[in-house]
Amino acid sequence: MSDLKRTELYDFHLSHGAKMVPFAGYEMPVQYAAGVMKEHLHTRSAAGLFDVSHMGQVILRAKSGSVEDAALALETLVPVSILALAEGRQRYALFTNADGGILDDLMVANRGDHLFLVVNAACKDADIAHLKAHLSDTCTIEPITDRALVALQGPMAEAALATLVPGVSDMKFMDVATLSWDGVELWISRSGYTGEDGFEISLPSSDVARFADALVALETVEPIGLGARDALRLEAGLCLYGSDLDTTTTPVEGALEWAIQKARRRGGAREGGFPGADRILAELENGASRRRVGLLPEGRAPMRAGTEIFAGDQKVGEVTSGAFGPTLQAPVSMGYVDSAYSATGTPLEGEVRGKRLPVKVADMPFRPSNYKR
Amino acid sequence: MKYTEDHEWLRVDGDVVVVGITEHASTQLGDVVFVELPETETQVATGDEICVIESVKAASDIVAPVDGEIVAVNDALADNPGLVNEDPTGEAWFFKMKVEDMSQLDGLMDEDAYNDMID
Repeated sequence: MSDLKRTELYDFHLSHGAKMVPFAGYEMPVQYAAGVMKEHLHTRSAAGLFDVSHMGQVILRAKSGSVEDAALALETLVPVSILALAEGRQRYALFTNADGGILDDLMVANRGDHLFLVVNAACKDADIAHLKAHLSDTCTIEPITDRALVALQGPMAEAALATLVPGVSDMKFMDVATLSWDGVELWISRSGYTGEDGFEISLPSSDVARFADALVALETVEPIGLGARDALRLEAGLCLYGSDLDTTTTPVEGALEWAIQKARRRGGAREGGFPGADRILAELENGASRRRVGLLPEGRAPMRAGTEIFAGDQKVGEVTSGAFGPTLQAPVSMGYVDSAYSATGTPLEGEVRGKRLPVKVADMPFRPSNYKR
Repeated sequence: MKYTEDHEWLRVDGDVVVVGITEHASTQLGDVVFVELPETETQVATGDEICVIESVKAASDIVAPVDGEIVAVNDALADNPGLVNEDPTGEAWFFKMKVEDMSQLDGLMDEDAYNDMID
């Protein structure tokens, strides 16, 4: 694994018995000594610490100095209302291409005089190049390479983090704040990717090992690997870019209309003006030919990515993420089906090892999320 | 007990051979969440993929370790796949085979040889 990069928490991972695997160009922990199932359930019942330092952190600043100008510039690349994002707030966004496909999904925070973006590890170089190619006239694009990123997730995340950083208790879901711990500046958002309440914390790489040690020293906090993270986000109905979203899926096909505010839709104050607007705006009004849905296999056999979905003899879709859901104690999947078969409860079949097995279209999340609104 | 390179164990019990997977294999797989067993009264040949075992990580096949006939399967695994992690060499046997030519077992590893292989 010599070509792979390591995060600042590499030694921390090994000291907790991590099994390291290649992921998006990094050596990352797929699990620790406890194993995927225990880690998953621990996150649902207490608090889990995730190293997400491989993700890209970028500061976008308008040359004019005005965060509104940065917001308007970013709106030319995403179908999301960034201008309406208040200071101290974060929202989900998508970079689209000219065909209406998705280049990456990301989080955008308004941090007063600039926007702070968190993008996927596998896409970060392309995203930064994309930002520079389109926004350099009016903005500076600053990749942040000297800060690590960790997530603390679960019903006990607030109580755990508050022992180190009392101010986090005042934050609500999708709030962002700058707080400090032991003289270290933390950029915190109350968000995550597990369907649980929790926080994502950006901090100087030089301090992250000390911070992670302080968190796992708490009785309620355990380190959690990528294996558990994948089933956690799947149970929460959240997309994994590269699996459930890519350049061939549009926001409407991906059932992500909720991320496109009125202001950017037809008749809105800042209608269109992002790549692929013609197709995306039309699909918002008329629907798309296929749709991302939840899929609940009726038996115990997991239907993993690539499983073909049938209605009678006709292939109507394919699973894009599938696993056993430890919280549900049952297999869960998501995938794309022809829109005619996308209604909740539609009975379909998935082909697993040559056998057609029953599966039903289901609402997502598969279990209620526990965000602190 | 005898062992295969595919991390299966075989135990002779009267005129049948009981087959399961080793502790090492169950640890490597991680938490087992699904087991698909073969049909009884099926003739199988060495290397045939006859069971599927899925863990939280991935699906793997279990192959017939020798030629013979499946005479019993452990239905308890279908309802409680986690047994494979709890007691891989005991309660979590997968199937029993009737084997005509018991000399097939002579070519398999004993415990020491298996432990050397996984070291």
